[in-house]
Amino acid sequence: MNKELLEYTLRLGDNALILGQRLAEWCGHGPILEQDIALSNIALDHLGQARMLLNYAAEQQGEGFTEDKVAFFRDVFEYHNLLILELENGDWGKTICRQFLFDTFNYFLYTDLLQSKDETIRSVAQKAIKEISYHAQWSAEWLIRLGDGTEESHTRVQSSLNDLWEWTGEMLTPDAVDDAMLEAGIGADLNSIKERWHQKVDQILELAKLEKPSGEWMQSGGKQGDHTEYLGFVLAEMQHIPRMHPEAKW
Amino acid sequence: MTKEMNLEDRFQNYVDGENKVEPKDWMPEKYRKTLIRQISQHAHSEVVGMLPEANWITRAPSLRRKIALLAKVQDEAGHGLYLYSAAETLGADRQDLVADLLSGKAKYSSIFNYPTPTWADMGAIGWLVDGAAIANQVMLCRTSYGPYARAMVRICKEESFHQRQGYEITMTLAKGTPAQKKLAQDALNRWWWPSIMMFGPSDDNSPNSAQSMQWKIKRKSNDELRQEFIDKTVPQAEYLGLTIPDPDLKWNEETGHYNYGEIDWEEFYNVIKGNGKCNKQRLEARNKAHDEGAWVREAANAYAEKQAARKKNETHAA
Repeated sequence: MNKELLEYTLRLGDNALILGQRLAEWCGHGPILEQDIALSNIALDHLGQARMLLNYAAEQQGEGFTEDKVAFFRDVFEYHNLLILELENGDWGKTICRQFLFDTFNYFLYTDLLQSKDETIRSVAQKAIKEISYHAQWSAEWLIRLGDGTEESHTRVQSSLNDLWEWTGEMLTPDAVDDAMLEAGIGADLNSIKERWHQKVDQILELAKLEKPSGEWMQSGGKQGDHTEYLGFVLAEMQHIPRMHPEAKW
Repeated sequence: MTKEMNLEDRFQNYVDGENKVEPKDWMPEKYRKTLIRQISQHAHSEVVGMLPEANWITRAPSLRRKIALLAKVQDEAGHGLYLYSAAETLGADRQDLVADLLSGKAKYSSIFNYPTPTWADMGAIGWLVDGAAIANQVMLCRTSYGPYARAMVRICKEESFHQRQGYEITMTLAKGTPAQKKLAQDALNRWWWPSIMMFGPSDDNSPNSAQSMQWKIKRKSNDELRQEFIDKTVPQAEYLGLTIPDPDLKWNEETGHYNYGEIDWEEFYNVIKGNGKCNKQRLEARNKAHDEGAWVREAANAYAEKQAARKKNETHAA
């Protein structure tokens, strides 16, 4: 078993699962029925990607592992998602803001993963890239709409952007696992993504009439399993039924 | 007056000839009003009906179930949209209809005022509540108002998929561990009577039924539909090894139908009146989503207006 590959797979899968889980909280509570449907669609895309990736993580670990075992029987420190994805949704503007910051990153990441030397990751990227491109377009359009909408929407979304800024650093900062995967031709080059991400973010923020936050301190740790307090609650809610009936099939 | 009478007679003849009424056709004002009320109630039921199931999306016990449930609840939002559109073809305004729901003036199906305390409720709702809804909706595919009938054809396809999904959840539980089987039985106990009440009061106590039947909005009586549903569902419960909580339930050789026990209509009217466990919670959730979404809708409108003005300016400049 390749430890770095497993962790890299879990990072991708956990990002998709935790974001899908958070977005699913909106279902039935969106600001307008059409957008309730749109956000549920996006949640469904992420959950579908999560299944493919966690299934791959299960395969790598061998007999007795399944996608559900990987999803429902790991604790907080064994999760490898980005911290920004486990934060609470906040209002619609904050959810849109988080989507935009992450979707933009995810778009460049999956574009690069189309070239991955790992066959499964490459095929997941091929299946997911269309969805992910749509997510990035949708959240950019909404950010522009809210940034350039009313005074209230502008103020709200600018404040969400400021709050979320410190959580954007870790997606663009490589660690040892990212380096090893890049070297193996499996993973993406985060330094190159960082440049493209800033370019795109600048361009959309200008259209949205929003100011790019200037804060330089960046939080990190999610990728390595060092999480905020929020993830424990996400997992408690998500995992409690299968953990209560460990022998059961669903 | 006479002219109006003539029109009404002609309308009745037209409907009796199994023709579909379309939005621009003349129709009696009461036909229009009945349909707006019925279709909008149906739309509200889809939207409020999202809540008891959305309640379990984050807690679904497997990834496959989580995705299926989320997709199902999303379908219901879609049904709400088709139905609001169908109501708009009759001259109603979606915003007014929604305002009536939020103020408590408009009704929605009372079944959604029951709580979903366990995962097994996701099975029972799909199997029984969607099953009962389908009995009604299959009939509505042939309703006399064209846009409503066509919306129903689409909705029925998705609903029967939902029902199979619900039955499969219940089956997995019924064939699972003793604890799972207990969950399935408990959910059946709680949902059985409310489900068969979904068809509404008996025909002799259903004030609008006769006129709706005459106009072919409705084509079967509440009791007929209820009987169909019971006849279909009892063998399904038997197959699962679950017990329907009605000691009087018995096959009747003579009629070829199941006899069933007396329905507690007091409970039915009590929940309609607002005394169900979740009446307040459901309406509060809808109001909260609406109120907290106000600034988003305003921003989207403001942005659309700005864009339109910019476009106009560009055209002028050119």
